[in-house]
Amino acid sequence: MKYDKLIFELSKPGRVGYVLPEQNIPSADLSSLFDQSLLRNEEPALPEVAELDIVRHYTNVSRLNFGVETGFYPLGSCTMKYNPKINDEVASLPVFRNIHPEQPEASLQPLLKLYDETATMLSHISGMAATSLAPFAGAHGELTGLMIMKAYHERRGDAKRTKIIIPDSAHGTNPASAAMLGYECITIKSGPNGLVDLASLQENLSPEVAGIMLTNPNTLGLFEEDICEISRLVHQSGGLLYYDGANLNALLGIARPGDMGFDIMHMNLHKTFSTPHGGGGPGSGPVSVAAHLADLLPNPRVVNENGHYKIVENKQAIGRIGGFFGNFLIVVRAYAYIRTMGQALRKVGPYAVLNANYVKEKLRAFYLLPIDGHFMHEFVFNGLIDKSTGVRTLDIAKRLLDHNIHAPTIYFPLLFEQSIMVEPTEDESKETLDQFIAIMAKIAKEAISEPDCVKLAPHFTPVGRLDEVAAARKPIVNYRDYAKQV
Amino acid sequence: MNHKYLPHTEDDVQSMLEVLRLGSLDALFTHIPANIRYRGDYDLPPALSESQLRTHLANSGGTILTSFRGFGAYDHERPSIIDALSSRQEFLTSYTPYQPEVAQGTLQYIFEFQSVVCELTGLDVSNASMYDGATAAAEAMMMAVTLTGKPRVLISASLLPHVLEVLKTYAHFREVRLDIVETADGCIDKAKLDKMMEEPFAALMLAYPNRYGIVEDLTPYAQSAHDKQALLIAYADLVALSIFKTPAHSGADICCGEAQSLGLPLSFGGPYLGYLATINKYVRKMPGRICGMTTDNRGQRAYVLTLQAREQHIRRDKANSNICSNQSLMALQATIYAVAMGKKGLQEVAKRSIAATHYLADRLVKTNLFKLSFASPYAYEVTLDYKKSLRKLNELLLAQGYLGPHPLTDHQGVFYASEKMTKDDIDLFVAKVTEADHEIR
Repeated sequence: MKYDKLIFELSKPGRVGYVLPEQNIPSADLSSLFDQSLLRNEEPALPEVAELDIVRHYTNVSRLNFGVETGFYPLGSCTMKYNPKINDEVASLPVFRNIHPEQPEASLQPLLKLYDETATMLSHISGMAATSLAPFAGAHGELTGLMIMKAYHERRGDAKRTKIIIPDSAHGTNPASAAMLGYECITIKSGPNGLVDLASLQENLSPEVAGIMLTNPNTLGLFEEDICEISRLVHQSGGLLYYDGANLNALLGIARPGDMGFDIMHMNLHKTFSTPHGGGGPGSGPVSVAAHLADLLPNPRVVNENGHYKIVENKQAIGRIGGFFGNFLIVVRAYAYIRTMGQALRKVGPYAVLNANYVKEKLRAFYLLPIDGHFMHEFVFNGLIDKSTGVRTLDIAKRLLDHNIHAPTIYFPLLFEQSIMVEPTEDESKETLDQFIAIMAKIAKEAISEPDCVKLAPHFTPVGRLDEVAAARKPIVNYRDYAKQV
Repeated sequence: MNHKYLPHTEDDVQSMLEVLRLGSLDALFTHIPANIRYRGDYDLPPALSESQLRTHLANSGGTILTSFRGFGAYDHERPSIIDALSSRQEFLTSYTPYQPEVAQGTLQYIFEFQSVVCELTGLDVSNASMYDGATAAAEAMMMAVTLTGKPRVLISASLLPHVLEVLKTYAHFREVRLDIVETADGCIDKAKLDKMMEEPFAALMLAYPNRYGIVEDLTPYAQSAHDKQALLIAYADLVALSIFKTPAHSGADICCGEAQSLGLPLSFGGPYLGYLATINKYVRKMPGRICGMTTDNRGQRAYVLTLQAREQHIRRDKANSNICSNQSLMALQATIYAVAMGKKGLQEVAKRSIAATHYLADRLVKTNLFKLSFASPYAYEVTLDYKKSLRKLNELLLAQGYLGPHPLTDHQGVFYASEKMTKDDIDLFVAKVTEADHEIR
């Protein structure tokens, strides 16, 4: 039986989980300070629990989760690499954590230097001219980057560019980010080789197109080999190129987006630069631009003036896109990663690509490789080769969980009906990959010999398959909803 | 030489390449055009060992100050269990809970976080989560524009400046007209607001408490917004909501804000935690992740991401927002803080912070160097007028290891004191302020 308590269910009136300092000042009499109409009429129904209750509760809750340290996590497009301990350790130093964001420059010089150096290193690794560390996540970086694109056309007085070209293989965030800024999305179909179809691109380019958003390698794991021609065509028609850095890991030591002609890009520090995913954040999505767009980067900026670091607001900038300086403690972790890796960063791309190709080659006898090509850091199968058993991608994913392996990304990209997208990062050993290959092969055989076992998986996880329909039909989204029902 | 994060031995590489029928690692990349291959070293300083890194970074931070400033970043007593529990690898290193069978840990704390936010705001449903308070406000603004179909919003001038700046950026690029409602005596200027409400608008957004520390009753504003078929958005502090009338009770349709005050460290501004809650009627236009309770095929109570047809990975350009990664781990930290403080403790934190700030204000006013800027009741921030230069005062305080008030002008500043401050701490600060004042002409 899995651990099954909500913290609210451990509550007992009179228990406390805190100690506050003795202040020795008169206590506040709320009813004399504020009109009664301003005060809450009932106490918030938060739990009353002692510290050990809380510690046991969240320890037990945590054990229902699978992390990178639990086992292999080949989640495509998510780059689930190891999150080094030393990075967490240094990010928790009081000289970073106990710093108020409004502290004056004079009290921040070494910190601002670190901040500026991180931006400079990221600019160099991506081949761009300047970087802002303000965006909080990949999608936030996309939004920021597209604001820069819009501002670029605005200041050229070109108001007609209301469309963005996005390949059908793109991450869902790309069209969502474009739509948030009022752009109309033109989806272009991938060619039979899985790459951008140049003819289709040319057909869609016009003076109404603000730019194109590309992931390279794309979500099939394929490198856009025509990137220089794509760049020429888009620029020729007056548009800009946006690089979605979700798959940047493949390119470490191999190529740089800036050299391919991209004007704007974001990086996911929580993918390429090893910071933890945190169960869905906090991430960090720095945006880098070519020199001609540098003045549009968001505020606030940190600038180095002859060794003195200043925080400035630039009038040309798109404005502020977040409260302060981004997810600073995540930036510190990425800095720590880059500094402890040094030139070893150049091996990241090659080993990640070697791992992906090795797994793909070993498994293509069982799983359908819908498009063959030169794969980079990830690849996509379209389910099993033998589909007669009715075993689907979802079933394979769930069966993997029984073997202490996290499922790959499934049903994405949308190009195939039964997509399974596998990304084994550079820090996985050949032994781990061989084990994964053996289990994937075993599941393929099991699909024939014992299809129901696969279709009913998982069997050994804390919970089985969930009733998602019931969850959506009658949402119970907080403890109050639940308590009302019981 | 290999690196400790790269396990490949030469034999591994050779045998893997043989499977691929390739002669070298370089042969994996023959399809990449030669003119864009990057073959050089990276321009990076030499790699550091862990002890070198530790030393280097210990000297790369800021100076830790004793802070009497909040203004969007609030220091509170933090139980050590927050870090101990949230740094467990199961929480720290997992992805978004797309495979719920192995992510019940994340899903359950998200459910608990939503429960805490709903309890404090009084609203029906909370997401989990937004990046920070400012971007949560921007999402709330756009949600209201979508719900009402009216591309104009009224925003209180007493929101924190950095929140206003972010709203302006989003409004500009979304082609939403953002009109600022001015304040008078630290509160909304009702006459001006009434005039501005004559033209159609999607929502009125008010701060609770506002940048001056003042707590204004939202009820009449909710009423007048609703009379004009517009929404009321409260930008509220969750610690304050433990004692003040809930936004739901006041009639707010959406409540959003910065949840850093729920026990998150100052961290030079991030990672923080935005939250956004609303009433049931509007849930389908809400951005971000929502976790719901359900059962599994073994009959157990379990949790799953729900109402996902609002989100980018399903709806692409038709999604309510592009948000994907959010601040999940910070939502866990805030939840642990909120339950550790619990029903009584969170109210105690609010009350003691109010007591500390009022004591500080009284002491500063007694020096005759300061006076209260406004007559309205304030909570744990207070705005004071100062005859001399606040810039100079803050410089002198900095030399003494203090972060002084946020200067709204050179003669008006916002002070903050929390439950961490004792009488001695405050008396000492007041003495330092008085000393510094003597040095200013």
